[in-house]
Amino acid sequence: MLKHQDKSLLSVRNLTVGFQVGGVTLDAVRGIDLDVARGEVVGVVGESGSGKSVAMLACLGLVPRTARVAGSVRFQDKELVGMPQSEMRKLRGSRIGMIFQDPLSSLNPVLTIGSQIVEAIRLHQPGISRKQAYDRAVELLDLVSIPQPDRRVSQYPHEFSGGMRQRAMIAMAVANGPDLLIADEPTTALDVTVQAQVLEVLKSLRDRLGLGIVLITHDLGVVAGNVDRVAVIYSGRVVEAAEVGALFRDPRHPYTRGLLSSIPKLDEKRERLFSIEGTPPPLGRRPTGCAFHPRCIYAREVCLKEEPALRLAGASLSACHFADSLEQMPVHQAAAGPETTEVHQ
Amino acid sequence: MASSASVPRRKAPEWLTIPLLVGALVILFWIVVAATIDFWAPYDPLALVGRRLQPPSMAHLLGTDALGRDVLTRTLYGVQYSLPVALGVVVAAVAIGSLLGGIAGFFGGLIGAAIMRLVDITLSFPPVLLAMAVAASLGPGLTNAAIAMVLVWWPVYARLMRGQVLEIREREHVEAAVAGGAGRTRLLFTHILSLCWTPVLINATMDFGQVVLLAASLSFIGLGATPPTPEWGSMVSDGAIHFYQWWIAFGPGFAILTVVLGFNFLGDGLRDMLDPRTH
Amino acid sequence: MSGYLIRRLVTMPFLILGIITITFFLSRVTKGDPLTAIISEQQMSNPEVVAAAKQRWGLDLSLPEQYLVYTGKLLTGDLGTSFTTKRPVLQDLLERLPATLELVIAAMIIGTVLGIALGVLAAYYRNGWLDHGSRLFALVGSSLPVFWSGLGLLFIFSVQLGWLPGPGRLDARLQPPPMITGMITLDTLLAGDLAAFVDALHHLILPAFVLGWTVTGTISRLVRANMLEVLNQEYVLTARAKGAGELRVLLHHALRNTLVPTLTVIGHSFAYLITGAVLTETIFAWPGMGSYAVEAARALDYPAIIGVTVVGGVTFLVTNLLTDIAYMLANPRIRLS
Repeated sequence: MLKHQDKSLLSVRNLTVGFQVGGVTLDAVRGIDLDVARGEVVGVVGESGSGKSVAMLACLGLVPRTARVAGSVRFQDKELVGMPQSEMRKLRGSRIGMIFQDPLSSLNPVLTIGSQIVEAIRLHQPGISRKQAYDRAVELLDLVSIPQPDRRVSQYPHEFSGGMRQRAMIAMAVANGPDLLIADEPTTALDVTVQAQVLEVLKSLRDRLGLGIVLITHDLGVVAGNVDRVAVIYSGRVVEAAEVGALFRDPRHPYTRGLLSSIPKLDEKRERLFSIEGTPPPLGRRPTGCAFHPRCIYAREVCLKEEPALRLAGASLSACHFADSLEQMPVHQAAAGPETTEVHQ
Repeated sequence: MASSASVPRRKAPEWLTIPLLVGALVILFWIVVAATIDFWAPYDPLALVGRRLQPPSMAHLLGTDALGRDVLTRTLYGVQYSLPVALGVVVAAVAIGSLLGGIAGFFGGLIGAAIMRLVDITLSFPPVLLAMAVAASLGPGLTNAAIAMVLVWWPVYARLMRGQVLEIREREHVEAAVAGGAGRTRLLFTHILSLCWTPVLINATMDFGQVVLLAASLSFIGLGATPPTPEWGSMVSDGAIHFYQWWIAFGPGFAILTVVLGFNFLGDGLRDMLDPRTH
Repeated sequence: MSGYLIRRLVTMPFLILGIITITFFLSRVTKGDPLTAIISEQQMSNPEVVAAAKQRWGLDLSLPEQYLVYTGKLLTGDLGTSFTTKRPVLQDLLERLPATLELVIAAMIIGTVLGIALGVLAAYYRNGWLDHGSRLFALVGSSLPVFWSGLGLLFIFSVQLGWLPGPGRLDARLQPPPMITGMITLDTLLAGDLAAFVDALHHLILPAFVLGWTVTGTISRLVRANMLEVLNQEYVLTARAKGAGELRVLLHHALRNTLVPTLTVIGHSFAYLITGAVLTETIFAWPGMGSYAVEAARALDYPAIIGVTVVGGVTFLVTNLLTDIAYMLANPRIRLS
């Protein structure tokens, strides 16, 4: 949809994910569209609980069996929604790699780094001998710039530093030369300096292997300079999607604006960071109309009643009733007490 | 943060679980039997009421034993031995153990160390073997078996109580400064009583079943109840001799199973109900 | 952590001495007259015979003297002489140890495999019928009087169905294998006698199951709780994201992480099984230490009772200590820090 890609790698259409809670289905993801091409990095941005991780996990069939997934996820002309687990398993870890937020808890503490990478290789290439796979694991650790890979390969995760663990995770995720890498908050648990290294590794892999990458994050600062396009997710929907430059230059959704002004900037001295007041609505307590309205400083009557559709505004797609006129909108100061987020349903 | 949302699972009164209910009902059944059996027992448990080794029939629902006594009647009467013995043993073990453990925790020092070493030594015996050795030394009889079991069981509670007292004393130091003097001891005891009853109650409930089991085991070996007492363990022992007349051992063994299972269910349910950590 | 271990090792001898002391005094502060176990009733009226017997068995000494003599002998490995078999207790016990070991090891294997399998399934199908079923099965196992369930299973499988042999370790018509380890299943294998091996295995199944069932609950409950925790860990998600199948995720990734705490409970169960063997052996006419203990207790054979209790207590202590050592060795994070 966003600038139609010729050789789209991943194409998500109207993806919906619902969980059964006490006999009711609550939708965590409500019709998300997303495209990723080869060699492209797409940022998926949202607060925790926005449904961004659930959406990507659902693409891979990694949500609980009780979850209801609808819509379409096409990957290299294969439909992933409704694909049997046995076939899905062949894609996971071979064509599509995934890494997670906390590299300490996402590596198995009782297995060596090497054996975990070897496992990833041999699950999909059973013809490779244990020895060959081990050599390959050393190469992979070298590829993600881990020093002394031949020694490190036989160590346990707790012997690695945080940044090294995450790079080891990346090595494992790309072990079978995937076409797509989904990185779920890969830098959140890391120190700022280490974050940069990990992002560097990801970009160099994209360049060398021609990977398509989905970078899930809650931090627009991570997105800047590291991705090509961005989709901002709020309460299970895409509220704004744009080229990264356009998004930063001319955001067309109040939520994106809020996120942008909460990024610390080096050239500005401010007393304290701006942040959006309130918290995202929990599942099952979604407000009527635009889900963001209780926290929105521009909210109007119509926002309480109608949920805005995603439409073109400037260089962005935005789901705001006032996407074209945000500049002229008066702001109410006292937006968003927590009481306004109470049950509407 | 990854996948599912947090899901409230259980409904309505959260503590009312099926195990708790089943356990309570089973135990209640046996208590009622123990209290009323004298009024409605089909036969005299000691009387020879029919042909020997009769298989189950309408007259004798669980058959007759080697002497021609009614197995069902004897099984029902058996609870009059099992439950009081278990009650006595658990109460005595809790009392002795709590007292000694409390002393060890409260005073510490040489007495405390001596008590705790005795606890360590006793707990390093396999319980069944120690109970057997003690019971054998004291000679057969249900009372002696009960004494043996108290000797095996008290250290568990001593350890439990000492731990609780130490923990409470730790916190106590802060509050003691406020209360001061004579109020301090009283405060300590109210605290101990209010905080210890939960773990003790859960443990004791579970132990009820284990004591019933061990008492029956000792009787089965011949170290507990003596004939012609209708005690479950010795009845199973009779049944073992007449192996092909399965009904002789069936009733008493099944009775043991229900009582022990009942207490285990009850203890399990109580733990879910009283111990916030399991939620 | 290693300081704790050293303290455990240092206190060991004192605990063992405590065990000896307690059992000794227990056996001497007794109402039953041990002489009745040695000599017949008619001879009791003959003072000469009584005096001779007292002297022979050391019953004429004062209690403290008897204690010193006994402890001194114990330190040289002398557990005294059994009143009933008139043989050294140690020799009796050593002869019966392999049978008990064979039974307990087999029971341990059955209990562990069942316990782990039930625990894993219960966690995977949490709150499903399999979860409730396995909980019930485990609870019944720890509530069953083995002396009754053993009888019942013998009756069903041996008498009614004829699938399994009756009590004992080997069919009486078969030639027992030459004694090497004392465990008949192993000895028949070593002797290359396949028919006897199969028969010995058949004899072992029922008592081992009856005994193993009693510890299934403890193991499965722990495995379930740990699995529930582990299955929520991110590395389980990682394993799935790698393309690992559910079985591999469960066994290779999740279960592996629960093994260390499980090892502890298995070790403690082993100690528990040694005592559980007492009653199981009695039912299945299994010539091990357990049935020896029961015979000794019934006959008021004090040297034998003390001997078996001391050996049981020491085994219990050592097993628990070894378990804790194994626990430390098995955990890479503790080992390295």
